[in-house]
Amino acid sequence: MTIDLTQFHDAFFEESFEALDSMEAALLKLDIGAPEPELINTIFRVAHSIKGGSATFGFSDIASFTHSCETLLDELRSGGMQVSLEISDLLLKTVDVMRAMLRSTQSKQPINMQKVSDVQFDVEMMIAQKNNAPAKPAAAPVKAAPAAVPAPAAPAPAAAASPATATSASTAPPRWEISFRPYRELFARGNDPLRMMRELAELGELTVNVDLGALPGFAQLDAQSCYLAWKLELAGDVSEDAIKQVFEWAEGDCDLELRRVGVETAPAVAAEPVVVETEPAPSQAALADAILSGTAPAIEEPKSEPAAPVATAPTLTAVKDTKPDASIGAVGDSGSIRVSVEKIDELMNTVGELVITQAMLSQLGAALEGGNAEKLRAGLAQLERNTRELQESVMRVRMLPISFVFSRFPRMVRDIAQRLGKQIDLKLTGEQTELDKTVLEKIGDPLVHLVRNSIDHGIEMPDVRVAAGKDAVGTVHLDACHRGGNIAVEVSDDGGGLDKDRILAKARQRGLVGPNDILTDDQIHDLIFLPGFSTAEKTTDLSGRGVGMDVVRRNVKELGGKIELRSEQGKGSRFIITLPLTLAIVDGQSVAVGTETYIIPLISIVESMRLKETSISRLSGHNEVFSFRGDYLPIIRLHELFGVEPRARALHEGLVVIAEGDGRRVGLFVDDLLGQQQVVIKSLEVNYGHVEGVSGATILGDGSVALILDVTGIIHAASMRAAA
Amino acid sequence: MSTNAVKPEQAGAGSHQVLTFVLGNETYGVDILRVQEIRGWSAVTKIPHAPSHVLGVLNLRGSIVPIVDLRMRFALDRAEYTAITVIIVVSVLSAAGRRDFGVVVDGVSDVVDVNTAEVKPAPELGSRAATDYIRGLVSVSDRMVVLLDIDRLIATDMTSFAGNSSQGEPSLVAGAAA
Repeated sequence: MTIDLTQFHDAFFEESFEALDSMEAALLKLDIGAPEPELINTIFRVAHSIKGGSATFGFSDIASFTHSCETLLDELRSGGMQVSLEISDLLLKTVDVMRAMLRSTQSKQPINMQKVSDVQFDVEMMIAQKNNAPAKPAAAPVKAAPAAVPAPAAPAPAAAASPATATSASTAPPRWEISFRPYRELFARGNDPLRMMRELAELGELTVNVDLGALPGFAQLDAQSCYLAWKLELAGDVSEDAIKQVFEWAEGDCDLELRRVGVETAPAVAAEPVVVETEPAPSQAALADAILSGTAPAIEEPKSEPAAPVATAPTLTAVKDTKPDASIGAVGDSGSIRVSVEKIDELMNTVGELVITQAMLSQLGAALEGGNAEKLRAGLAQLERNTRELQESVMRVRMLPISFVFSRFPRMVRDIAQRLGKQIDLKLTGEQTELDKTVLEKIGDPLVHLVRNSIDHGIEMPDVRVAAGKDAVGTVHLDACHRGGNIAVEVSDDGGGLDKDRILAKARQRGLVGPNDILTDDQIHDLIFLPGFSTAEKTTDLSGRGVGMDVVRRNVKELGGKIELRSEQGKGSRFIITLPLTLAIVDGQSVAVGTETYIIPLISIVESMRLKETSISRLSGHNEVFSFRGDYLPIIRLHELFGVEPRARALHEGLVVIAEGDGRRVGLFVDDLLGQQQVVIKSLEVNYGHVEGVSGATILGDGSVALILDVTGIIHAASMRAAA
Repeated sequence: MSTNAVKPEQAGAGSHQVLTFVLGNETYGVDILRVQEIRGWSAVTKIPHAPSHVLGVLNLRGSIVPIVDLRMRFALDRAEYTAITVIIVVSVLSAAGRRDFGVVVDGVSDVVDVNTAEVKPAPELGSRAATDYIRGLVSVSDRMVVLLDIDRLIATDMTSFAGNSSQGEPSLVAGAAA
């Protein structure tokens, strides 16, 4: 029976991408020099599972590449190599490569093999450097303990047998008898008997006898312990110091006896002992070769068989022990299931209908009289509570913690800071703040831009900072929190802040501000949100081209949010983005115009008032304006704009809602205000199309449809009308 | 009756089912597979700047569905909307994907089997637009049924009033801001 594996591809890709994210996060947390073993295990597991998955699905390029990474990681895990800045940089690169490969494979595009093989080469070089320099003590601590044990252990019986028979004949000069009985923890101290014996073999002809006496049964075998002891015979005129030097690093970890033996009983040391000594070596060498070639098929497999319990044991325990710390665990496990957004939307629709039906029943129930009416009403009240709770829970399903967006920043900040030669400490807080998935997806890019700006323009070079009496390390702080029905995301830095004079000068130079205009701080800050505005003296590849802040503001506006800027020269700046929790719901003010009900989003309402006929002035005879807090605002009559028959035509009969859109304020003339409520936003465009001045529709409690107004669009439409 | 000198439209095999409905004195038919549901009339919410035959939008189990008055679309006399006025909700396939639409008709008649071979093309009447959305004519128990190509009928509307495409009849474009 064949199983169509392609059905699992999507799951594999999604899981792999998530796993890579957590690998990246773990890499960034890795302390150079003193890495936490759990982090390395996390990283290792990611590489391992991607390798396994891609091999299963036949993505051999990915499998081969991840195998190399895994080898390198195994060295780190076992302590064979120390985590250096170089290695963690390289591993970050491998994350990028893996991600790119997975992405290409997912979209069925060819993989950019050039980049892959470059990085793979670097990885293998890193491993090779370590393997080729075993004599250097610094590079020589614990040679992959789990891997090393089975190698000498497995061929041991054969080794024990053959030299015993081979070492009888004798005509050799002085020789040494060495009794080497390492303690159990030899491997853990970073010593490798194999390496020592190789070095001894270089000094003279070596005969090796292994003592298996202490070797326990396979089930009791602890991969990390050394059970073997050796009786070595070294032929040749070798000084005692030379031998001691070989064992120098094992001193204190073994019982070592050196005995010089006279000429008379010197055994023949022929080819065999050397063969015996090198017996374990082929597997080691072959393994190294395999690692270097990036494919480790046949050779590794048989080796891994005896090693299996050994090699998997640490992995298994590691998984079991994983009581992961919050941030890594949040992305990784935690009993979650994948549900398509479509299904959730369906659920939302159904619940929305339920709410409407429930409202209808409540109305009916309230009008009911007689026997069981009271009971019915109690039941309906219960139903109302339950439906409300159900609606809230369904809404919450769409919510994700903002850490999904924040998690990309540590890497980004590190990279940019490195490139610019700045020292930056990134602080993330409020990562668990939840918001709607759609908002989450759209807020990423604006935030990236703000953070880049902070690093590039905000934080000064270390020497400048020190000269200004600040810490050489700048801080960029990302914070998220709930504020009322909104979420506030803040990007702040302790850099130089905005240079108001320079902004003003630039604005004057570009004719945006008259030479004699006096601007408030807020107005000056507002200038940076203008399209094409940049004060950067030279553009970098990061920022300064003047595209950006206007795009940031536009994106935020599209999400129904707003962005504020507070800045103090020399002390830093703070961007505060206020966003609605979800795009699915808006807090709205219902207004009546004739028989129609419209919803105006509360976020765009400044205030509402009744105007007296006398407070209106008419410009050029028709366009009505009124004075509001020192400004003259135009009046837009909604009934005229939307072509409906109003109840109130005279301004004093209706109300004026002062609304703000795209930085402009207008007065919207309506018949009446009805009430404030949260409404679920439905798209008009799915079945119909875009309507100028309308951002969507919603379903009211009685099941009828009300249009949600888009104030910016209305202002735009009205000015077009006025111009026509 | 009026099907003189016409060739069979195409040699399409088999038959399909058509929902027929009445509009004034004529009977029209739409492919039954396109019909989502049939529901009674309820008040609609007006859409600003919509062409006059688009009455507004309705809530159809959580989604917002535009309602088209076919009488007005076909320039017939306008009928009163009463409790027995019927809305047929159809789905339309266009380049933009599936859209649901409600059409207001006088009454729903029947579901009939139409032999594809018996469908006759509509006679040329000089006006391209008028016959564009007619897929053909067919006789069902001595009555002529006008088979509508609902995609085309609505597609011409979509391009005009949704304002998301420049093609279509400009006369239908709602004077959004003029």
